[in-house]
Amino acid sequence: MHIDPLEKKWAAIALGIAGLFVTVILSSALFHGIHAPSHVEPIDSASLHLSGEFAEDKLGIEEDAAGNITVRIVAGRYGFYPQDIVLPTDTPLTFRMVSQDVIHGVHVPMTNMSTMIVPGYVAEVKTELHHAGAYPLLCNEYCGMGHAHMWNNIKVIGKEQWDALKHPQGDASHE
Amino acid sequence: MNNTTEKTLALSHFWVAFGAFALACLMGIYQVIERSGFIGWIQSREVYYASTSTHGVLMAFVLTTFFIMGFGYYVATTTLKLPVWNKTFAWAGFWVSLSGVVLAALPLLTGAASVLYTFYPPVQAHVLFYIGATLLVVGSWFWCVSMIVMYMQWKKANPDDPVPLAMFATAANTILWLWTSAGVAAEMLFQLIPWALGWVDTIDAGLARTLFAWTLHPIVYFWLIPAYIAFYCLVPKQAGGYVFSDELARASFILLVVFSLPIGFHHLYMDPEQASGWKLLHMVGTFVVTLPTFITGFTVIASLEIAGRLNGGKGLFGWIGALPWTNHLVLAIILALLMLILGGFGGLINASYAMNAMIHNTAWVPGHFHLIFGGTTIIMYFGIAYYFWPVLTGRPLFSNNLALIQLWTWFIGMVILTTPWHILGLLGQPRRIDSVHYNNLLTLSWEPYEITMIFGGLILVGSAGLLIYNLAKTQFHVTETYEGEVEYAEPIHPVKALPAYLNSFAMWNWVIGAFMLFAFGYPVAQFFLMKTYGSSPWGY
Repeated sequence: MHIDPLEKKWAAIALGIAGLFVTVILSSALFHGIHAPSHVEPIDSASLHLSGEFAEDKLGIEEDAAGNITVRIVAGRYGFYPQDIVLPTDTPLTFRMVSQDVIHGVHVPMTNMSTMIVPGYVAEVKTELHHAGAYPLLCNEYCGMGHAHMWNNIKVIGKEQWDALKHPQGDASHE
Repeated sequence: MNNTTEKTLALSHFWVAFGAFALACLMGIYQVIERSGFIGWIQSREVYYASTSTHGVLMAFVLTTFFIMGFGYYVATTTLKLPVWNKTFAWAGFWVSLSGVVLAALPLLTGAASVLYTFYPPVQAHVLFYIGATLLVVGSWFWCVSMIVMYMQWKKANPDDPVPLAMFATAANTILWLWTSAGVAAEMLFQLIPWALGWVDTIDAGLARTLFAWTLHPIVYFWLIPAYIAFYCLVPKQAGGYVFSDELARASFILLVVFSLPIGFHHLYMDPEQASGWKLLHMVGTFVVTLPTFITGFTVIASLEIAGRLNGGKGLFGWIGALPWTNHLVLAIILALLMLILGGFGGLINASYAMNAMIHNTAWVPGHFHLIFGGTTIIMYFGIAYYFWPVLTGRPLFSNNLALIQLWTWFIGMVILTTPWHILGLLGQPRRIDSVHYNNLLTLSWEPYEITMIFGGLILVGSAGLLIYNLAKTQFHVTETYEGEVEYAEPIHPVKALPAYLNSFAMWNWVIGAFMLFAFGYPVAQFFLMKTYGSSPWGY
């Protein structure tokens, strides 16, 4: 069997290129915890509205004592509910999303907020948004005739502004 | 050798393939115009999604499957110097596939199967669509059996000889296709068809997506392998040279088959029903499968360099100019390689685990696969068609110049179409939308790119018309006769003997089986181990 020395060198270079990519991705995953959204958590899409965290009055934002925010959204043809969400910059966000009907996808353009919303499973994404502004949250998976008309609005405001909104009377010590 | 039957067999498959292609091109231009919203009266989301679904099915399933079958039959006959095994059986495969196409076309064209080509349960299509698509695949399995039987016949008669490279690669594609079509076949037979017939009430969309992902990546290599066969076995001869390395070509094909199969669910990076550990594992596999493509690029360019230098090219780059650019197969490979470099770069971004979030399901993705599939793969199919048509019809090509113009215009049109698509993806445009009018400032920046895309699409449709015109003229209006046969390139170092692992797939099937069990075993089994909830069918 004949393998040219040049081919051997090239094979080594190609292996090096692939190896470099894999090393970078593996190290960011294993040492910095950068992962694709993954959360194997079944849920019955047919009874979301009856009780539990995706009942209508539970949707939207929930902030815990440490300032971490959970955003619960139901996707259904053709909208994301609730329709308008205000979020702070530079704050750990956990999006928990479910579909009440078919497969949807979601992303916020120019950010890494992206996931598929498959009926029967809770889609969870953890991220932070760094730039204030008005963003659409778009359905990016074909879900039926109204697919191109499925979005909601996200308004991202500065962390300081967010804190000021929560304490409109100013510093708590004056009260 | 009198191979009239084989010629008719190949030609019949090719005509179905290119007929589907021409129809799908017309749908493509309609879609890009409709989507832009510039012409009010053609706006229709019903027609748009029916058209998109049909375009995808025709291009990705009909064009490819029929082209690959036709090409395979003729390659097997000419490399092995054997008649096609059991002609009735081969024709039966053709008719089973064709009837599947017709069955699927009825609901597709009437808008009763607007579920796009990856099926998307729980959105439900008419059951005829699922049955038709299944029959198309079943017909292709007839082809697989023919290829394997002919391979065995030849091996039996020539036990110690290396199987001719083109046939070795065809057999590799057969193995690949049998393994990978099992995923979509399971989805069809155990999930979609019983559900569409109403025998079961619900479907697990997570399981369906996982089974489809099993098929989704290797199927791309199924489409690409004939292009690679032309790279290695047809082009060097046409360019006036030799294959740089026969052994490494075999190794590339084996690597392609073995490593492309167990990595399909990098398409599920953003899905909630699979855990990150499995996604990370499939990421590693995805990068391994870049190796055979890197090696192919090297060997093929080296083969071209040999040809260029034999033609008198001097210096570091002089050999490029010395290549016969007016030979349609040589031009095809030059353009195809350029597209492979651009598209391959996009593919590396897609494969990058967390970076995928940025471009997942955006317009970037159709931009990427139109480069690899609509560019590299299809350009080589064109090149092969121009080379095979005179051989199969017995008439010289109607116009070589027209063929060259067609290849160039396809390349240029595809660059103009896919560049804005990539940019739109980075700007956040979702894929598969029938209109770009979101009520938001950010999305207004998309509009200028739509005009460019229409321009690219128009060039592509013109180019597709040239192809059909040239092939039809050759077959039906040229009166001279042509008696050439397909010629395969020789390696620089003739291969006298090969170790069994480079000349047979017996061992590799076991390796693939083990890999598949490892990569998909638990991810499929988990749906039966945990409590899951199915979804009821939805219309659209």
